[in-house]
Amino acid sequence: MKTLRGVQIRHNKHTKHSESVHFPIPDEVLIPMSQSMGAHCELLVAKGDAVTVGQKIGDTSAFMSAPIHSSVSGTVKEITDYLLPDGKTCKAALIESDGLQTKCPDISVPEITDKPSLIAAIRESGLCGLGGAGFPTHIKLNYDPVKTPINMLIINAAECEPYITSDFREIVEQPNEILESILTLQKLLGIPHCKVCIEENNSEAVAVMKKKMEFVNSVDVVTLPSAYPQGAEKVIIYSATGRIVRDGELPAHRGVLTLNVSTLAFIDRYRRTGVPLITRRVTLDGPAVVENAGNYIVPIGLRIKELLKHGKAENAKKVIYGGPMMGLCVYDVNQPIMKTTNAVIACLKAEMPKTTPCVRCGLCIERCPMNLMPVSIQKAYMKRDVKTLKDLKVNLCCNCGCCTYVCPGHRRLAENTQLARQLVLKHN
Amino acid sequence: MNHLVISPSPHRRAELTTQKIMAAVNIALLPAAGMGVYLFGISAFFVLITCIASCVLFEILCYAAMKRSQKVYDLSAILTGLLLGMNLPPDLPLYIAIIGSFIAIVIVKQLFGGIGQNFANPAITARIVLMLSFTPQMTRWVVPLYYKGAADAATGATPLAAEWLTYEAGGELYKMAPFTLQDMFFGYTGGCIGETSAALLILGGLTLIALRVVFPITPTVYLSSFALLTFIWTRSINETLYQLLAGGLMLGAFFMATDYTTAPLTSKGRVVFALGCGIVTFLIRQFGGYPEGVSFAILFMNLLTPYIDRVTRTVPLGTDDSDEVKPNQHKKRRKKIIQEV
Repeated sequence: MKTLRGVQIRHNKHTKHSESVHFPIPDEVLIPMSQSMGAHCELLVAKGDAVTVGQKIGDTSAFMSAPIHSSVSGTVKEITDYLLPDGKTCKAALIESDGLQTKCPDISVPEITDKPSLIAAIRESGLCGLGGAGFPTHIKLNYDPVKTPINMLIINAAECEPYITSDFREIVEQPNEILESILTLQKLLGIPHCKVCIEENNSEAVAVMKKKMEFVNSVDVVTLPSAYPQGAEKVIIYSATGRIVRDGELPAHRGVLTLNVSTLAFIDRYRRTGVPLITRRVTLDGPAVVENAGNYIVPIGLRIKELLKHGKAENAKKVIYGGPMMGLCVYDVNQPIMKTTNAVIACLKAEMPKTTPCVRCGLCIERCPMNLMPVSIQKAYMKRDVKTLKDLKVNLCCNCGCCTYVCPGHRRLAENTQLARQLVLKHN
Repeated sequence: MNHLVISPSPHRRAELTTQKIMAAVNIALLPAAGMGVYLFGISAFFVLITCIASCVLFEILCYAAMKRSQKVYDLSAILTGLLLGMNLPPDLPLYIAIIGSFIAIVIVKQLFGGIGQNFANPAITARIVLMLSFTPQMTRWVVPLYYKGAADAATGATPLAAEWLTYEAGGELYKMAPFTLQDMFFGYTGGCIGETSAALLILGGLTLIALRVVFPITPTVYLSSFALLTFIWTRSINETLYQLLAGGLMLGAFFMATDYTTAPLTSKGRVVFALGCGIVTFLIRQFGGYPEGVSFAILFMNLLTPYIDRVTRTVPLGTDDSDEVKPNQHKKRRKKIIQEV
């Protein structure tokens, strides 16, 4: 098997064996109108409106977006502005729960018979990539089979980030949904092969999947070496199939469609129940979590502080959405769980290590999974040398953070590369 | 609890620091340095200590004079001092050692911007400057274990400067090496304080490779290219081994050519660099006016490093044409070539 570079990190998967628990419905939820990649949704409800579980409260006519639904029943208490991690603001609905969880009368089992009906149903479900990037799934599935014929479906269950076990629990708890989803997609989209990619350290998940897929000839379960960032899209495509997604191409150009395993499982759940994406599985863990670390099925919009209170993480100095390698910092404990939040990690230590001069050791280059040269990028960025930055292919950076992780000078190389990327984009 | 710290990802760091790297290299050098003190006596110890102390002092003074934050804690000045001392003859007058430290730290390192910014290896450059300025003192070699009464004369030759004996037996001319390979491997020869014991230097170097502080590619390519060229030229395994174990080759290959700052960034670049070191060392030793060529070779390649870096950039994933080229692209290219012809 071909392997890319990357780093070996401690896995810290303590919550592997904690079965998912439904988190109690909170008194109120905060649902921002930007939860997937692409355009922000427009609010469909106003202050004082009554809403029900699964009612669509945000939608847009923009191509790249996914609608948003209410996760509780109750009344819209307030419409507020919500500061997103990219510095932009969007509207958010603060919904007070009545505790009844009345289902929306519109919820009905969708009729999925062919590709257009599948795409339409998935759009209505509000599904986006649940692994963290939040790419609207209906756009991914709506590829043009003439221009980009796809013969390989890759199910990304690598979960290479430390602490996070939500995808692992998805596999162990819902193997049926995963199998059914794969069969549905293969049938309706006409994809002959499928590979379910799981890291070596999750051997239980490999066993579960292998048993489930025993009599399905078109599906292979692939064990990948445990290395970070095994789950990055281009890396997992290369590791599983040897195909290289070229600069400027989408995976579809190489005949590959990648889906996160939790995203995949949701497709079948929606096909059976018609309940849109209003809950998700979240791993609560981290050094600051004193008790109740584990996996929870939480309503989207649940405030982070409720989870932290449950984990008795009062001493947390830093809280992260997602894993410690690529996760975003929570700036306020009142921030909600989003569609893309696969974990909440509470840390005790928050100090950034002091930066010392670069000694040109070349470790960042040695470890970059994309073969980039972070140290040269930093030099070029300091000079604002756009031409060199373009030559160094700064646009290929997947922000996995391996360079910053290994740097003996604790230099913030990944951060710098992202800034350089913005600079190049500005000049295009 | 409402005061949360925010910072860009990643939120986790590896435990390796520059300080730890420098400490590891210092410790890996200690056995060979200790051997030097054992062989050449207390004067060698004073040379080493003078170099380390003056290097650290110059480093502190430089940061103070430039009103920069003290970075002496990164231990790099100790490493420079130790390496310089190990590259000097055992009974060198101490004022020359101090001049060497001044050149290494102030001129080569700090004037170019301090750690990570120097274009040439400070210890090697200082050694070459001293070599050219104080030639008599720099080429006075103490006989090993002279202080124990092991020899009649205080000074002798190094393996590279000594004449090979020739003798005739049965009508054929034989050459005999002035030192046995065994003595050279363990270090019982004349030479710089830290360069004589190949065994201890290899031990230190392999430790650094095992700790992943040093990339194995540089010493491997340096030593093998040098050995191959010497073997092709001399046609003698004995002489090749003699050349490998003699002089500062092991010290240079494991500890000087692997210096991060003055060597290329990528593995490809390191191969070119090490190959160049091997070739230049061979050329100087076989054809040059000096018996020893390691320091000149490394300095020469140090100067080429920026150019090597420029031509040995990595190829980011999915930006080369080497594999997985679409079949019709091949056809297009062929057509183009045909048209051009």
